[in-house]
Amino acid sequence: MNNGRQMINRVAGVVFAMVLAWPYVAWAHERAGESGGFLVGLLHPLSGLDHMAAMVAVGLWGAQLGPPAIWALPVTFPIVMAFGGALGIRGVPIPGVEMGIALSALALGIAILWEIRPPIAVAAALVGLFAIFHGHAHGGELPPGADRMLYSLGFVIATGSLHACGISIGLFHRWSWGRMLLRACGGSVALLGVYFMVSGLV
Amino acid sequence: MTRTRCIGAALGAFGLLLWPGAAHAHLMSTGVGPFYDGALHVLASADQVLPLLALCLLAGLRGKASGRAVLFGLPPALLAGAAAGRWGPPLPFIGVASTLLLLVLGGLVAADRRLPLRLVIVAAAGCGLLIGYANGAAMAEARLGAVSLLGIATAGFAAAALVPAFVVSLRHAWMRIAVRVAGSWIAALGVLMAAWTV
Repeated sequence: MNNGRQMINRVAGVVFAMVLAWPYVAWAHERAGESGGFLVGLLHPLSGLDHMAAMVAVGLWGAQLGPPAIWALPVTFPIVMAFGGALGIRGVPIPGVEMGIALSALALGIAILWEIRPPIAVAAALVGLFAIFHGHAHGGELPPGADRMLYSLGFVIATGSLHACGISIGLFHRWSWGRMLLRACGGSVALLGVYFMVSGLV
Repeated sequence: MTRTRCIGAALGAFGLLLWPGAAHAHLMSTGVGPFYDGALHVLASADQVLPLLALCLLAGLRGKASGRAVLFGLPPALLAGAAAGRWGPPLPFIGVASTLLLLVLGGLVAADRRLPLRLVIVAAAGCGLLIGYANGAAMAEARLGAVSLLGIATAGFAAAALVPAFVVSLRHAWMRIAVRVAGSWIAALGVLMAAWTV
């Protein structure tokens, strides 16, 4: 047991040393726009609290609903979001995008707070509808000069990771205190949704 | 292993990581030799490696037989496509075809439906020819010869050997779901790239 701990400490020490020695010089000769494109895409969903809250809420709701929603919702969201993104890229206007994003936080938050359990098709359709608004917002904001593929890759990975965060928190659902925690998270997301809706209207 | 040896090994690793990387900073212009230039071109370009990854994930989800089919079908198709791209005319639709590959293969991984083995073989051949052609054309631009094409095929072989074997070995249901989620991400990327390119 003691040996195991010592070994873990040693491995942790070596990993820490390697992280400290991470070679930044490797970034010196990136092709123009490439890491910028990826990083901008990766950070884009994290730049707005409304996006973040809604995407974490998708994972939370999926975990609360259990299988098959726990995987069906995070599989549905990126693909439908990409269709919304495609509309944004092609310049097809969708009215009330920001309001739709705020509404997604409110609706998903309420669904988690009240533990609403619709049929899986209804849940997927609802999440898909909101995904279009989120995708449209991301799609139209490619920075000039950035690599399109890497920007898209970055924001798809960030979106999926936010769902994974939600699912991870949602795994506490198996305990009674965890269920309360999830409902509290849902309530917080709903309040954020209200805040963003009011901000959008004022 | 004694503590002194461990500390020594850690310091040695630390010292190696501090080795001056700037000496290798201009490999983009000098290359790393034709073989590795070919291999790295496939593996370092997101638009080349993601369709291959989707194909390998699909083969892994479909089981051992599909994995073997891709292992032996993909590298020759990559080599043939790369040779055609290296010495053939440039094809304007290669970019659009790569995007379609992302969409279709990513969608198939996300859906995780049963597929006939023949269809997996056709997908491996088609993917290999298209990705090979795109890479071969890039090798022509860089004026690299036949050895670079071997690098392209070897990179494909490595991907086809490792990824399906890894996916086949997954036993827990949630791990297969993680593979499907990765497929949905690739399909989403395909939709976005279609909007950029079409």
